[in-house]
Amino acid sequence: MLRDAWLMASKDLRIEWATRVGMGQILPFGGLVLILFGLAISPDLAVAGSDGRSLLAQAAPGLFWITVLLASLLALGRSFAVESTDGNLDALKMAGLDPAGIFLGKSAAVAAQLLALQVILGIGAFVLYGPPLADLVLLSVIVILATLGISAAGTVYAALASGLTVRDTLVPLLVLPVVAPVLLAATKATEAAVYGPLDNGWSWAMLLGVFALLYAGVGMLAFGPIMEES
Amino acid sequence: MTSTSSKATYVVGWAALVALALSLLFALVLSPPEANMGDSVRLLYIHLPTIAVSYVGYGITFIGSVIYLRNRSAFWDLLAGAAAEIGVLFTAFVLITGAIWGKPTWGTYWEWDPRLTATTVMFIMYLGYLAIRRMDLPQEVRSRRAAVVGIVAIANLIIVRYSVQWWRGLHQGRTLGVDTQLDGLMLFSLFLSVVAFLLLGAWLLVHRFRVAWLERQVEDMRLARALSERRGEAGGATLGGAVS
Amino acid sequence: MVNLAGAISLIGGFPALAGVDLTVDDGEIVVLRGPNGAGKSTLLRLCAGLAPLNGGTGTILGHDLSSREERRRIRRETGLLAHQTFLYDELTVEDNIRFWAKANRADPSTVEPILDRLDLGGRLRTVKISDLSAGQRRRASVAVMVCRRPKIWLLDEPHAGLDQSGRDFIDDIVRHAVRFGATVIIASHDHERVSNLATRTVHLVGGMVTGAAEGRQEGKNAS
Repeated sequence: MLRDAWLMASKDLRIEWATRVGMGQILPFGGLVLILFGLAISPDLAVAGSDGRSLLAQAAPGLFWITVLLASLLALGRSFAVESTDGNLDALKMAGLDPAGIFLGKSAAVAAQLLALQVILGIGAFVLYGPPLADLVLLSVIVILATLGISAAGTVYAALASGLTVRDTLVPLLVLPVVAPVLLAATKATEAAVYGPLDNGWSWAMLLGVFALLYAGVGMLAFGPIMEES
Repeated sequence: MTSTSSKATYVVGWAALVALALSLLFALVLSPPEANMGDSVRLLYIHLPTIAVSYVGYGITFIGSVIYLRNRSAFWDLLAGAAAEIGVLFTAFVLITGAIWGKPTWGTYWEWDPRLTATTVMFIMYLGYLAIRRMDLPQEVRSRRAAVVGIVAIANLIIVRYSVQWWRGLHQGRTLGVDTQLDGLMLFSLFLSVVAFLLLGAWLLVHRFRVAWLERQVEDMRLARALSERRGEAGGATLGGAVS
Repeated sequence: MVNLAGAISLIGGFPALAGVDLTVDDGEIVVLRGPNGAGKSTLLRLCAGLAPLNGGTGTILGHDLSSREERRRIRRETGLLAHQTFLYDELTVEDNIRFWAKANRADPSTVEPILDRLDLGGRLRTVKISDLSAGQRRRASVAVMVCRRPKIWLLDEPHAGLDQSGRDFIDDIVRHAVRFGATVIIASHDHERVSNLATRTVHLVGGMVTGAAEGRQEGKNAS
């Protein structure tokens, strides 16, 4: 199973490298969303009782994570679009790859892409919104755990919508309610990592970890039935 | 079966109506206002039973999905789908009545309290489930994927509930059930309402399930006809193409 | 090898196969002929374990088509060549074949010789699939199939869209496959070419096998 996962992941990443969709399209999209938030929320509005901190800076964690979620929808759609053309899903079935391995591989590839995106988008958020940074370690942990959770859950639901022309509108409807807790926990934890206090942050990070584990398990179990078309 | 009514549904239907009428009486007239909340406690008699029926519906969806994945029985598949629709219907009702009632009572249409937020996310989640049931794919594929979602949705529900509760824990809004004291007549009214709504939900479920069952039978009949038409193509060929 | 009795296969609710009786023995080259929409592609997919068996009975290579576990085994041991390439457009020939060889647990040492033999080892090696001609793409798909060494080769209109040398290539491949012990089922409109190859012709109309065939007699249906 792990061997199959590695095979799928390296193949997906190789395709990404060859087409540069992640860097060339999804990253600019993410940057655009960050800027749009700045346009929608005036940088001059200050938050009462926060030492003149701007509303934008205060809301930065949440805005960052919404941007990540939207970018992840694109990445997830792409992950399965690649398999839908040219009958590749059939070919994967013919090859007899372990469905759990396929799941792990594809979600790992999506996670890797998202992590790369977040490093750059994160820097962008700091630059555009201007929040401070209290704890980089906590922030890194949050980013990793949240990404794993979003990738795992997203891969499950993107697979459910695969093979359809309405996929692009169905995937957001399925994925976003499910990862809403991730948005919540990641935002809260990031607020702690950025503004402090820190204890809160680690509790929320734990929730992210539980979510990621849960959906890794769900994906490994559910991918077999999902892939079995007949 | 050409109609979805039966003796059972008549009994349940009438019982539901009577129970609803009675509970309305108790809720609005006979039961007293509550010590802390006054008359706004009466919303509880509608809200709690409605959401209770939703949960029962989603629970049936869960059970039906599990059983369907095991034995591929059309009964459990259709039951899961029908139950989810009833659940979504009642959830929508609770959200709308909450908003309408909320404005005159507390001044706002919406409150970011844990329960309401989690309920709304749950509502959208099951809309997704229903969307999967309508996907343009072969029926077995649709049913299997829907079953997976129906099962995982319960885990989602729990996670959303707990995370939202944690989130708003320090900002407790005006949640019903907190700081209220129910006793005697009020408890009875509540119980009566729950029974009434459950009967209503059951009645709707049976009808909706039967409609789905009939739809499935129509599909099967259409398939049988398509099969014989298809064979006609072959028959026409062996007869030297004389038949069109 | 293949044993179908009254096989029914539903594609999107439509009975693509409405009761097929077919027997194919080891080493045969069977040609499927019939009008468009007759169900040839579905029949091939059924033999590959990709299309569902909704009625009747069938065994492929001794494995029962109605069991999910057995269908997995059927997929491993059969190979399908169809209109789709089963390759990743965005990757090169070499990356694709290496990936699919590994995915199919094929012996990695066979990849190079196969690339060479199919004329893909030179300049074409590093070309993306999307940049290849139709004939070259078909060759790449065949390369993957050869790596897998399936016991039954299922070819759906393999000559379509190819020029003369491309078609000759397909014929060579088919003869080659049989010489190495495989059984071949081809669906084709290219009547002259395939009847030279085939040991037997089967006619398919309206999802059922009809009429007389050259060579051995098929199980009747409508009569």
